[in-house]
Amino acid sequence: MATEIIKLLKDKQAIILERWMENQLTPARVREDLISSDDLRADSVALITALVSNLKEKSLNDTDSADFNPITELLGSISFSRAKQGFSPRETGLFIVGLKEVLIAVIQEEVKDPRQLVDLSLKIHRLMDNLLIITFETYIKGREEVILAQTDEIAEISIPVIRVWDGILALPIIGTLDSARTQVIMEALLTEIVESSSDIAILDISGVPTVDSMVAQHLLKTVSATRLLGATCIISGIRPEIAQTIVHLGIDLSSIVTKSTMASALQHAFQLLRLEVYKRTPANASHVKPE
Amino acid sequence: MIKTAILLATEHMSILREEDVVPFRYRVKECAAGIKMGLVNQTYLITAASELARNMLKYADGGIVLIETIERDGETGIRLMFKDQGPGIEDVGLALKDGFSTGGSLGVGLPGAKRLVNEFEIASEPGKGTSVTIIRWANG
Amino acid sequence: MERIPILRMGQFLLVTIQIDLYDRLALDLAADLVKTASKTGARGILIDISAVDIVDSFMGRILSNIGAMAKLIAAETVVVGMQPAVAITLVELGLPLNGIHTALNVEKGMALLRSKIAGIAGETDPNND
Repeated sequence: MATEIIKLLKDKQAIILERWMENQLTPARVREDLISSDDLRADSVALITALVSNLKEKSLNDTDSADFNPITELLGSISFSRAKQGFSPRETGLFIVGLKEVLIAVIQEEVKDPRQLVDLSLKIHRLMDNLLIITFETYIKGREEVILAQTDEIAEISIPVIRVWDGILALPIIGTLDSARTQVIMEALLTEIVESSSDIAILDISGVPTVDSMVAQHLLKTVSATRLLGATCIISGIRPEIAQTIVHLGIDLSSIVTKSTMASALQHAFQLLRLEVYKRTPANASHVKPE
Repeated sequence: MIKTAILLATEHMSILREEDVVPFRYRVKECAAGIKMGLVNQTYLITAASELARNMLKYADGGIVLIETIERDGETGIRLMFKDQGPGIEDVGLALKDGFSTGGSLGVGLPGAKRLVNEFEIASEPGKGTSVTIIRWANG
Repeated sequence: MERIPILRMGQFLLVTIQIDLYDRLALDLAADLVKTASKTGARGILIDISAVDIVDSFMGRILSNIGAMAKLIAAETVVVGMQPAVAITLVELGLPLNGIHTALNVEKGMALLRSKIAGIAGETDPNND
């Protein structure tokens, strides 16, 4: 009985593939921006071939069978790459759902005995549901990898130490400050202070969404470590609402120099270095200074 | 208990005089560098190790340290176990508080060392001795 | 017996710590420095720790003590060249060494000492205190 269905699938493989492709290429489902129809066909052919050549009577009843390993492996790699290509979970799931629809339709057309039809449909449902679960499991794994890679990337690009002036460094912090990130920031800042032999570092926190006592603690640590090297650290970018929170929480930042904007911090830094910035008066500008 | 981990290498050193502290720190540094631990994490570990070795000398006339390279859940790290047979600590909770010291020091030793490592465990029995175990992971 | 050499540079003393100090050596250094400062009437002490890759609470205390003792005989102490990893570790350890002056390198340390000495004559120094 079961061999009959496998034989039937083998015989109808070409038709199943065509109908499945048709199903996938309907305008509502197709994502030509993410995958070419040639690649989609290649994936479909590979899966259907794996399915037909590995299905056995025994494994039809037992979805945990080792006969399924090549199929799950292939399906896993397909949905993994779908996740990385940017397919939605729904679109990824429809790949298998589409095949299931076609298989059920073909069985309904070919198997006349009602009892046998029910029996086979159930098996196909169970089989395809299992494959659907595998699809989602690997899809999520793929998404997680994407997220991890992005997190690393953000951590790397989000600590630019800028030399704004000879002897003055600026470090705009974007995003939340936790202890791991503080350590990375401190290391980057302190290394740059030593390398450029800078006397002043401006830590701009306008890109930090909230300042609670933990974040304040991290800022104080950075200021202390900077001082141990022999440089001065100024915190800038304290927005009014952040100033309010700091006072409400009773956080003591009086031991460090804080400024509302990067500009005023820079001005303070100039003062410390005994530098002055002048606007040229017209009289000044009219004659050329000897170089 | 600190969870079980795979032991990759193990050795021990005695800390009986203050001259033993510097070679001990060198050895810990070598082990940490061996598993490609970052410079800041290395410095954290070595400083914590130095504090604990000094504590052992000061309060228990020295003891023994097990230096182990371990692996757990795909992470490699260094585990140090300090064991002494000194007078032990009456109140471990109090000894872990910042600024508390019975030895006239700054009182940063134990709590400071704890902050510098990923895992810290202390067991002490008055009259029998103290054992402190610390772990610092290579990418922790 | 092993000793850390103390260099005299005009009215300043310069010590460069090149090796991992064991306790006896560190204690001797502190005593030697204060003695030399007193004998020569030095106005400032520079301690270069750029080659030191670990400062624990014992070493931190030695540095603070040198600063405090020197102050008593009217000399200022500046610790120069601390490595980033050492600074981060000291802060995490809870030992920010608030009492001591610091500078990025010997040259800047020297400038800081000069401004401190001049500061006694009325000028204020923006970097410290």
